[in-house]
Formats: sequence, C-alpha cells, structure tokens
Amino acid sequence: MPLTNEQVRRLARLSRLAMTDAAIDTTRTRLDGILALIARMQAVDTSGIAPMSHPQELATRLRTDEVTESDQRTAFQAIAPQAEAGLYLVPKVIE
Amino acid sequence: MSRADWEVVIGLEVHAQLNTEAKIFSGASTAFGASPNVQASAVDVALPGVLPVLNRGAVERAIRLGLALDAHIAPKSVFARKNYFYPDLPKGYQISQFELPVVQGGTINIQVGEGAAAYEKTIHLTRAHLEEDAGKSLHEDFHGMSGIDLNRAGTPLLEIVSEPDMSSSAEAVAYARALHALVRWIDICDGNMQEGSFRCDANVSVRKKGATVLGTRREIKNLNSFRFLQQAIDFEIGWQIETIEDGGAIVQATVLFDPDTGETRMMRSKEDAHDYRYFPDPDLLPLEIDPAWIARVATELPELPAAMKTRFIGDFGLSAYDASTLTASREVADYFQGTVAAAGKAQAKLCANWVMGELAARLNKAELDITNTPVSPAQLGGLVARIADNTLSNAIARKVFDALWNHEGVDADDIIGKQNLKQLTDSGAIEALVDEVLAANPKSVEEFRSGKEKAFNALVGQVMKASRGKASPAQVNDILRRKLADDR
Amino acid sequence: MTAAPFIDAPVSALRRALDDKKISSVELVTLFLDRIAALDTSINAFITVDRDGALAAARAADARIAAGTAGPLTGIPLGHKDVFCTEGMLTTCGSKMLANFVSPYDAHVVSLLKAAGAVSLGKTNMDEFAMGSSTESSHFGPTRNPWASDHVPGGSSGGSAAAVAARLAPIATGTDTGGSVRQPASFCGITGIKPTYGLVSRYGLIAYASSLDQGGAFGASAEDCALLLSAMTGFDRRDSTSLERPVEDYAAALHAPLADAAKPLAGLTIGLPKEFFAAGMSDEIRAATAAALDQYRKLGAVTREISLPNANLAIPAYYVIAPAEASSNLSRFDGVRYGHRAATYADLDDMYCKSRSEGFGAEVQRRILVGTYVLSHGYYDAYYLQAQKLRRLIAEDFRRAFTECDLIAGPTSPVTAWALGAMRDDPVQMYLADIYTTPVNLAGLPGISHPAGFDAAGLPIGLQLIGNYFAESRLLTATHHFQQATDWHLRQPALLTDAQK
Repeated sequence: MPLTNEQVRRLARLSRLAMTDAAIDTTRTRLDGILALIARMQAVDTSGIAPMSHPQELATRLRTDEVTESDQRTAFQAIAPQAEAGLYLVPKVIE
Repeated sequence: MSRADWEVVIGLEVHAQLNTEAKIFSGASTAFGASPNVQASAVDVALPGVLPVLNRGAVERAIRLGLALDAHIAPKSVFARKNYFYPDLPKGYQISQFELPVVQGGTINIQVGEGAAAYEKTIHLTRAHLEEDAGKSLHEDFHGMSGIDLNRAGTPLLEIVSEPDMSSSAEAVAYARALHALVRWIDICDGNMQEGSFRCDANVSVRKKGATVLGTRREIKNLNSFRFLQQAIDFEIGWQIETIEDGGAIVQATVLFDPDTGETRMMRSKEDAHDYRYFPDPDLLPLEIDPAWIARVATELPELPAAMKTRFIGDFGLSAYDASTLTASREVADYFQGTVAAAGKAQAKLCANWVMGELAARLNKAELDITNTPVSPAQLGGLVARIADNTLSNAIARKVFDALWNHEGVDADDIIGKQNLKQLTDSGAIEALVDEVLAANPKSVEEFRSGKEKAFNALVGQVMKASRGKASPAQVNDILRRKLADDR
Repeated sequence: MTAAPFIDAPVSALRRALDDKKISSVELVTLFLDRIAALDTSINAFITVDRDGALAAARAADARIAAGTAGPLTGIPLGHKDVFCTEGMLTTCGSKMLANFVSPYDAHVVSLLKAAGAVSLGKTNMDEFAMGSSTESSHFGPTRNPWASDHVPGGSSGGSAAAVAARLAPIATGTDTGGSVRQPASFCGITGIKPTYGLVSRYGLIAYASSLDQGGAFGASAEDCALLLSAMTGFDRRDSTSLERPVEDYAAALHAPLADAAKPLAGLTIGLPKEFFAAGMSDEIRAATAAALDQYRKLGAVTREISLPNANLAIPAYYVIAPAEASSNLSRFDGVRYGHRAATYADLDDMYCKSRSEGFGAEVQRRILVGTYVLSHGYYDAYYLQAQKLRRLIAEDFRRAFTECDLIAGPTSPVTAWALGAMRDDPVQMYLADIYTTPVNLAGLPGISHPAGFDAAGLPIGLQLIGNYFAESRLLTATHHFQQATDWHLRQPALLTDAQK
C-alpha cells in the first residue's frame, strides 16, 4: 500500500529529519518503490518460524563489575560542536 | 457524588539505580557527584563505533531482587532498544528490556497505616527489567542553552513495575517504602532518593465504584520522595474525580508534579506521540542465567524480611504488627536483633517496645536515622536487661537511656553505678520510707480510708519521691497496701 | 630503484624484500604515497592520505625489522576503509555528518594492524555510512573504477577496492554488510573476503547494521587477503558479538602439503545453487562463471547442484533488517557531542532535524525512513519480525546445503560495474544487484570474491565462494589454488598518471 504524505511526514518526524514540502513527493515515491520490493516477503508463510535476530545464536558475554575507564572529557569535548564548563550545550531542553 | 463513590487504581514503576562499581554497559564509574562528564566513557558518550558489554554485577543484582520477590528469573532475557531523541540519551535509544524481562512476576507484602488501623496487603509485581539510566539536562542558563552531563548515562537500573494493586496514596507509599527497604535490605541499591537512586512513577486512574473497566490513567513521572509521591497521587486523584464530575474525560498523559504548587501538569516535551520502535539490540546477545548461578546468589542472600518477620513472631512471640515494624528496614531489624542479643531472647518483647517506643521517639525528635543513633544496640540491650532483672524501674530506665543518649557512660551499668540509680529493693528500707510517709501524710491516709483510691496513688508518689525514684514501684505498692490494711 | 616490481608485488614478496633490506619500509611507503599523489586525483580512492603518519609508522617498522621482531605485515602499507575509527585522524564514514570528526580512539582492527606494524597510508572512500553498492553516495565524491573511470568501483568499500586494483595500496580493509567487500572486489578485479560474523571485532567500526556488519580484507590475491585477514581477526572483549576463538594463520594454511599437486582441490565438493544460476545474470557473467567452475573441476573439485530455496527472499529481508538497525544506529548523530551541527536553528528539535538533514545524504535518509517505518507500531510484525523469520529460513537453507557440499559457488554480482550515475534515480535497481551477496550476511557466513574473467567492455567479473561458519581457510585455499592455475588476478588496469595524460 503506497504511503501518504502524512505518513512520510510522521516517519521524518520520528527520525528527526527535516522534510520540506518540495522534497516530500520524491521521497514518498522512492520509499514506495523500496516498500514494494520489501513487500515480496509477505507472500511467505512463516508461521511457526522463530525470528532470528542474530547470526550467532549464543548467550551474551558478561564483563566483570570493575571500573576500567578514566576521565577523557577533554579529548571527547574537543570534538563537540559546543561545550562549556564540562557540559555539552544544546538548545534549551523543555520538560 | 462524593469521594467515597470513587475507586482509585494505582500502579507504580520504580527505577532503582543498582550499586555496581561500573556502569551497566561500560567500565566507567557510577560514583555520584563527580564533575560533569568525567565519568562518561566512550561508550557512555556514544562515540561512533563503540559497543556495549553487559556488567555481570548488574545481572547479579537483578537475580537478588527476583529471589527476594519470589519472582520468576528468566533463564533467557533479551535487551531491546527503545528509540527516541533526547539530549541526555546519547545513542538516541535506551538499552532496556521489553518483551523478555529478566524478572517476571513476584509479590511483596506491605503494611499500611499504623497501630490499630494498620492492615496488610500483598502487592503483585508485573516485572523488573534491567536498563541503562540517561544523563542529566541542567537547566541553568548557559547563554539560553541547556548543559548535558552524561555521568549518569549508563548507570544500571532495575525498573520494577507493579500491578495496579494499590487503591490509595497510603498504599502506594507503603509499597514504595517496602520496596525501598527491600532493595537496601538485599544491598542492590543505596536507596538515596535525593540523589535519584530510587525514583517512582505513579500510574493513577479512578473509576466509579462497581465499574468493571479501568479508568484512563495518567502517569506522574519522577517522584523522588515519599512525601511527593503521596501529595502527587492525592492531587491527581482529586483532579481526575473533579474533571470527570465536571463532565470532562481523562486523556492518557504523562504529567510532572510541581512540589511548589502541589499540582501536576502535563509534560510539554511529551506532547508528541511516541513510537519507541523497540527491537532486540543487535549489539547484545540474549542474557542467559543458569540455575546454578541463581542457586549461588540465593545462598549469598541475607535472611529476607518476610522470613525474619515469621521468625520474630515464632521465636520471640512478637505480634505481627511489631514484627512488621521491626523488619521494615534492614537497619531497624539489625538494631533490634543486636538489642535482643545483648538483653537475652526472653526480653525480646521488652526490646521491641524500647526500639519501637523510646528509641524511635527520640530518633524522630532528633531527626536522626537509626544508623546514626547515639545509643548502640548493645547499650539498649544492657539497659533492657537491667529492667528485666529489676535493677531499674521503667522511670529510672528512661533516665539511664537519656544518659546513654548523652554519652554519660559506656553502658547502663556504668551509668547506674556512677549516678547511683540502682533500684531500691530492700524491703526493710522501703518499709521505713513508707512509715515515714504515712506518718507525715495523715490527711491522705484518712482520704484513702474513706474510699478515695486516688489518695493511694498520692502516697505511692510520696514514697517514690522520698526514695528519689529508686524504690521498686511494685514493692512500694505491696508494702503500702499491707501497712494501710494492718493499721486499720 | 624502480618502483614497478614493488608496486606490483604480492605482500609475501614485499615481506622478503623488506626482510632482505632490498627496500626499507620508508621507501616502500613513499612509493605508494607518491603513486597515490599521482593517480588518486582521478580515482578518488582515498578520503584522507596520512603522509606524515605513514612515514612515522614506516620508520618504526624499519626499526622493528632491524631488530628482527617484524611480523608478516610489519612495514607493509595498507589502506583503511573510512568506516574504521582512527585516533587523531579524520574518520568520516563518507558523510558530511562526520566530515570534521577526528576520532579520539582506534578501532580494534586499526589497533591490531598498528600492533602488527602495518603502515596505514590513509582512509579510503566509501558509500556514506556504508549504504550503497557504488561508492557514489560518498560526501567526498564518487570513487572511479580503475578499469574504466566512468564506471563505479562497486561499494560500499569502493575506495579500498579501487585502491588495491590501482595498486595505490597492496592491501586494504573493508566492511561487508550486504556484499560491500565482495561486490567491489568483483567490480575492481581483485580478491576480497568477508569472514564469519564475529571473527573481526566491530569495536570502532561505525555501525551500519550491527547484526550484519563484518570487517573484511582486500588484496590482489587470496594469499594477500589471508595475510591481512589473519592480522584483523581475534577476540575482543569490547564487542559482545566477538567470538572467542584462536586466531588462524590463513596464509600458512595455503601452503599445506598436497597429496596430488595436479589436483589440489581433490575431495572438495562445490555446491551450485540452482537459484543463483536462474535468469537475471548477463551471458558474459554466466560464461565466465561456467569457465571458472570448469577450472575448479580441473583442480579436482566436484560440483553438484544444490538448492537455496529462500535465497530470493534475501533482498527484501535484508532491506528490512539493515535499514531497521541503521535507523537506530544513526540516531546518535544528533549534533550534540560530535559531528555536524546546523549553523542556525530555532530550538532543540529544529537543531536535530536540520543537523541530520544537512549531515546525511539522500540514500542514508531514505534508509533511515524505511527503517523507522518497518519498526514502527503496527508494522513491526509484518516487516521486521517477518524479515527475521525469513532470515532463519535462509540460514536453514545454508545449513542444509552444507550437508551436501563444502563450498557454494556462483557469481558475486549479476552485473559488472555500471556507469557512474546509472542507478542514481533507481535505488531499487541497485538493491537488486545485491542478490548473491546478502544471503551470506543474513546467515553470518564467510564469503570470498575472486577475479574470474572480464566482460566485453573489459570490466572484471568476480566469482563468489561461500563457506560454512569458520571455513575462511577453505575459501582462501580454494581461491589460492584457482589463482595458482589462472592469471585473472594478475591482470591490471592501464592507468595513466596525470603527467602521462
């Protein structure tokens, strides 16, 4: 089923991607093409098949509870768009 | 309609920070209070290319909680990504558990109210799952911007979700307190609410009595004290009932409690409909917990409050209420057991009275926690022993307690010796005092004989005063009655 | 000293030359740096060339060689796909989002190769965030195929493949999520291997699709790949999906004694999935594949038809799972802690949206939107979960197949390198070209692509071999014996330096 412009806007909103009115038609057309390709899956009966989320179906490894990291704030904040007083700065957060 | 026509349904989601050394998916320290972002490792800052590895200590604490709640500990549980954008969430998703949580089900017994009005209730748990905490947004003004501190990001959390089993703010608070005591009891969380180690979200709905479907709920986020929990729920209940009675409808929402106004308000940032797009985190394989691990953790658990309560009732002959009160926290229980150890098991009831009575009152007045009490369990136990063996009357015992509180001696015996407070039990000496008092108070003797029982008490008081409080009240009573009868 | 013998030499020969002091690492590295300077303006295989760092590393390597502590790769130049984080150097992932990102740490693969004494020449071009099959979506412009400069080198590791094909580096690292090592290897006429998922640590590999991403190796031959792959593999406690297995010496295994030197592959059964040989591939590729299989039979291998009945579902399943994981993996690029932040914005949300829309190219944005869609409420079961179930069916197909054969063979791609821009307006057409490579990633199996001929336009054709889990050595050995008997892998594109033009 083809997407509506409203759906595309909502996907863009959830993805935090700007979506101009000019871009929306092209985007929708492209996405429809991809979704049509994907839709070929729907023909397969997979009842009773367990989903496989990982190629290695093992248990996760655990780390020992110990502190192994030291302060790297200076190095990490050297590449930050905006930092001050050890904090990353962002436009005002509203709760 | 009145409030009594309404039924309240409350479920709680508690976020308990686990007291591990390192974070749940990184080797950064979890210590509170560090300078901003110095405990934010590459994984916590979510640099490109970094990966999570699960901390065994966090899993072990989840197992402890599962055992303490008598819950099912899932042999296989799965970490999922909860996707949303927020500046304190560096990856743009939170690693949490969704479909298969590590702890499933479980119960906790709570005691609501005090004294004669107290009642017990069993609260059912839905689940408890492991997840990572977010960082913090600091709203001080940095040129109109917010500052982000990621030290807290990645701190392990257990989100403990109850069934909607509570029907008042008092029950919700009792549940939160019981859970708070339990996580500290089993040493998985420091319980420091001011530092955010134990945070409550309350889901509140109301419905008319007799209604079969639940009302629409609103979720009050981030309540970090029991008082705010109570206030927020009470306000919310009132607001919901009023809204419906005024013909309005409750819309599902997330709200914040403002302690200054005592009111709840909608979160502005949550207006946007969410779609968290949970899916299994491909960076982490399923968590498997084998029975041997659970068995080992079980052997390392301390005696749990429920078992201890049963023991207090059975071994010490305490009432259920007393046993509940004394097992309300590990600290109180430890204190009580220390007192009994010093006083002797036979004096457990007397110990209970002193712990729950004089000690609790004094601590409360001094705004002290039992861990900071000036009177040690051994000191109080020694004091109780001296009451039991008649060395001290209750009245003098309180003096000795005061003296212990003020560090006037190393123990009760020391203070009794130094201040010469030993109870006077020599019947000859008491008789002499009684004789003196009878001779000096003919009027009271006359009144007693004319049937005024009150006069007897006055005479007892005079004898006690003459002994400077040290005479055994029981013996004074006996001797005085005998003398008054003899003289007739 | 003439450059040619060193530029064209296999790594094993470079090793001998370095050890015998015929050339120093500094000299060798300088030869390649100079060649990059001369040729890469027209190929654009490198995003960053680290001349100073390379020469410093070469000096250190020379000291090791002099001290007699050199390993197989000490002093050997290589290129790193720009998806691997390199400390103190730009790590762009082919994106404007990370155009200014200097990584504060090294990826595990980078650390391993540094420790081995290999000399990084720089970072190679790639499709943005490894999303693509042509290296055209790079923010730094497309890489050109050394065999035909108006054609794509394949992708997403097109920069690494083109660099090795043009001998701008003897070997290079890559990553393969749906074919991103094997397909560009095939387009560029070189050898490329993607190992079993979990053999190469993903720590420091900027994630595209975490359950599919796997580091891999490019070289002119199986032997060169074997040397590089051995140095890239190994358990890493920082990656929960890294496998705890002893590191294998794949190169040594190539030279194991043979019972019958004329039939080095005797006893090897190669399965030919009938689904891979159905319609859809060009006649030239069909012919080249058939000829290569004849060669394998001559070497003693037996071929038999097998079936991978669900392989045709790999493309749709892959284009659900990979975008789903990508949509989440790329959420961290939000303009807060590193990377691109829009210059102006109204508020926090506007900052997010503008930074991401400016920072990500069209294909990346498309995949994020598709991933968001297939995970969203109401669509999860029909798309994401269904794809995960198909993934199991596909893995089961392979499991069954490997009870009947040791390796599986077929073309790497149904097409040879296409002209630059040919697929620009038709992403779906480009996705369909991943038909033979994506099933391998979904199952987590190892696969290799090696040169097997040319089409009429002179563009290389690759043959893909797929192995069972941990069959890297078998893949490399089979390819090695094929390459001992053929010379496709020795053919080189005619390249003109700027001066020659």
